[in-house]
Amino acid sequence: MERIIDQKLDALRDKLLLLGGTTEKAVHRAMRSLTERDSDLARQVIEDDKIVNRMELEIDQMSIGILALQQPAAYDLRFVISVAKITPVLERIADHAANIAEAAIVLNNEPEVRNYVDFPKMAEIAGEMLQAALDAFTAEDADLSRQVIKRDKEIDRIYDKVFAELIEMMIENPEVTTGAAHLLFVAKHLERIGDYIKDICELNVYLTEAVFIKHRKSLRNS
Amino acid sequence: MASKIKVTDLDFYYGDFKALHDITLDIPEREVMAFIGPSGCGKSTFLRTFNRMNDTIPIARVDGNILIDGKDINSPKTDVVALRRKVGMVFQKSNPFPKSIFENVAYGIRINRMHSSKSDLEDKVEKALRDAALWEEVQDRLNTSALGLSGGQQQRLCIARALAVQPEVILMDEPASALDPIATQKIEELVVELKKDYTIVIVTHNMQQAGRVSDKTAFFMLGKLIEVNPTDKMFTNPDEKLTEDYITGRFG
Amino acid sequence: MNESVHNRRKLVSKIMTTVTAACAIFAVSILLIILAYITIRGAASINWEFITSVPKPALDGGGGIGNAILGSAIMTVLASLIGLPIGIGAGVYLAEFGDNWFGSLVRFVSDTLIGVPSIIVGIFIYTLLVLPMGGASGFAGSVALSIIMIPIVARTTEEMIRLVPKSMREGALALGAPQWRVTWNIVMPAALSGIATGAILAIARISGETAPLLFTALNSRFFNYYIDEPMSSLTVQIYNFATGPFPNEQQMAWAASLILVGLILIINILVRILTRKKF
Repeated sequence: MERIIDQKLDALRDKLLLLGGTTEKAVHRAMRSLTERDSDLARQVIEDDKIVNRMELEIDQMSIGILALQQPAAYDLRFVISVAKITPVLERIADHAANIAEAAIVLNNEPEVRNYVDFPKMAEIAGEMLQAALDAFTAEDADLSRQVIKRDKEIDRIYDKVFAELIEMMIENPEVTTGAAHLLFVAKHLERIGDYIKDICELNVYLTEAVFIKHRKSLRNS
Repeated sequence: MASKIKVTDLDFYYGDFKALHDITLDIPEREVMAFIGPSGCGKSTFLRTFNRMNDTIPIARVDGNILIDGKDINSPKTDVVALRRKVGMVFQKSNPFPKSIFENVAYGIRINRMHSSKSDLEDKVEKALRDAALWEEVQDRLNTSALGLSGGQQQRLCIARALAVQPEVILMDEPASALDPIATQKIEELVVELKKDYTIVIVTHNMQQAGRVSDKTAFFMLGKLIEVNPTDKMFTNPDEKLTEDYITGRFG
Repeated sequence: MNESVHNRRKLVSKIMTTVTAACAIFAVSILLIILAYITIRGAASINWEFITSVPKPALDGGGGIGNAILGSAIMTVLASLIGLPIGIGAGVYLAEFGDNWFGSLVRFVSDTLIGVPSIIVGIFIYTLLVLPMGGASGFAGSVALSIIMIPIVARTTEEMIRLVPKSMREGALALGAPQWRVTWNIVMPAALSGIATGAILAIARISGETAPLLFTALNSRFFNYYIDEPMSSLTVQIYNFATGPFPNEQQMAWAASLILVGLILIINILVRILTRKKF
């Protein structure tokens, strides 16, 4: 017999995956608005962030409802907790996507800075990571989650490289400073998105294995 | 933490029916251990082996060892009266005697001759009632019938009655199952308070209750001990699939 | 629900209620009619002399049933002194330790004894006590009454003790009380009012018995305080008055009946007051 809580948990899972998909799309379109200099698309991304915010509130309410009324235990409890903690992370990723879109609008009015080369790479990796993180959540695949966590280093590496290049560019061509500065923000946003995806993956591991892998290193050293 | 009760390879039979299978369990001193499991899983039977309440059932038989403070309680040398004084019990249905509140608490003191004088008896009764968080409510009507108390008060009176003989272990068999949420909360607060001085073993069907009051939880099924773990671990990440299925309500 | 089915059920319910109520009223009115009849027929003859003096020869008129009241009182008390402890003791045994073949035997014998006509008990005591002792006596009458009493008291006591919840015994056992203490100061007090009710029933039953006294206590026309001599009792006196040919004695039988019923009523009320639940 299906438990009452199962329906609620299924609905919660569906809602979270919907939020995940929406966030994925936001990151993807934000980057496209930048590379394709499409300000309309950028404005669309900013507008759509409201949908994400609304979804976050809905998921919060569902999670609280399950905690209050169903008293989940064991896996059920970990599931609700994971969802409740993943949700704001996704919302923040979507915020960063909106920020990238805002930067895109500014950049699209500036002369094109021909150093977009590494951004699509960063965005591509971030997109893949986000997709993999959500897949790992659905499949409850802790190994996949751990692989995704490792990929965050790739983004960090590209970020360091892009950061250095942009600083150099500003020194060499002071006239592109505004554009380069905004690009610097975009790079930072992508780097943060990578960190957030890592958080999601850590929660995936908690969901399946009931261990917190977050902060492990720093706490062990202290 | 030193173990207060040490059970090794315990089997229990009602006639030919084997109610408990090969149970080995350590119950630490001054902690609360909760026994959970479906009805008929043997958790109450197991609890009642600790003060040999099963002795009243002629066809019951125990195999294996139960040591309390290192002493085998099933040895022929064991004085059951002394054992029951040391291992108090609170039952599912509050069962005050049809006597006054005072006499209920005094009963155990009297039969065990633990008082030196009338005023000593009164002091001991007062202390037990205070420890059971009931004194404030009943001090003005100690000589009225215990049956006039509310359900929750009656259950705390039964706890006071058990405390009065200065036990070291308190067994509680679903002590709050017949009480409303507020009375239940009082009992639970009391359990947490009492563990400072007593080793408490509590059988409960209410898993939230096990979660709220116990340090360790043992899960039983079909007479077997399936899992024992710290309560927070048990309720977030049990080791056994059976435990998980039980606490998440997956049993049909 | 179907309207007609509903209506039919309501009707059946109404009929059943009416029928059972009628039965209840019938039962109560029979009792009331008997009481009223006895009162009407007997009340007029009751006076101080009637209650305190001994019977006079019928043709002299006057006289009373004082010795019969006294005799009944002595024999009932004596029978209770013998019967209640034995009956209650047996009941306690049956309830607490009687789950074996011996308990079953005792139970079977008790139930049979309850069903035995009381005149047989009278004959039994006649053979056992009256003949060896060389004559009827108040003592023999008391023993006969106590034999009627014992099985009733034993069985009601057993039932009442079994009604004491197991949880209460366990509560006491868990405090380290030995079995006999649990029985004596937890179970017995808890069952007391029930046991007392059983005792009243038994006392009321024996105070109305005539047959076992006919051969055992016989009768006496004098005040008699000695239990080794024949003793008068209300019931035998009523029997003698009522079966005699003299209208004045028959009238006295009515009055004595009223007093007997009154006394039984007083016993009932008294014991109820005494055993009113304190806790």
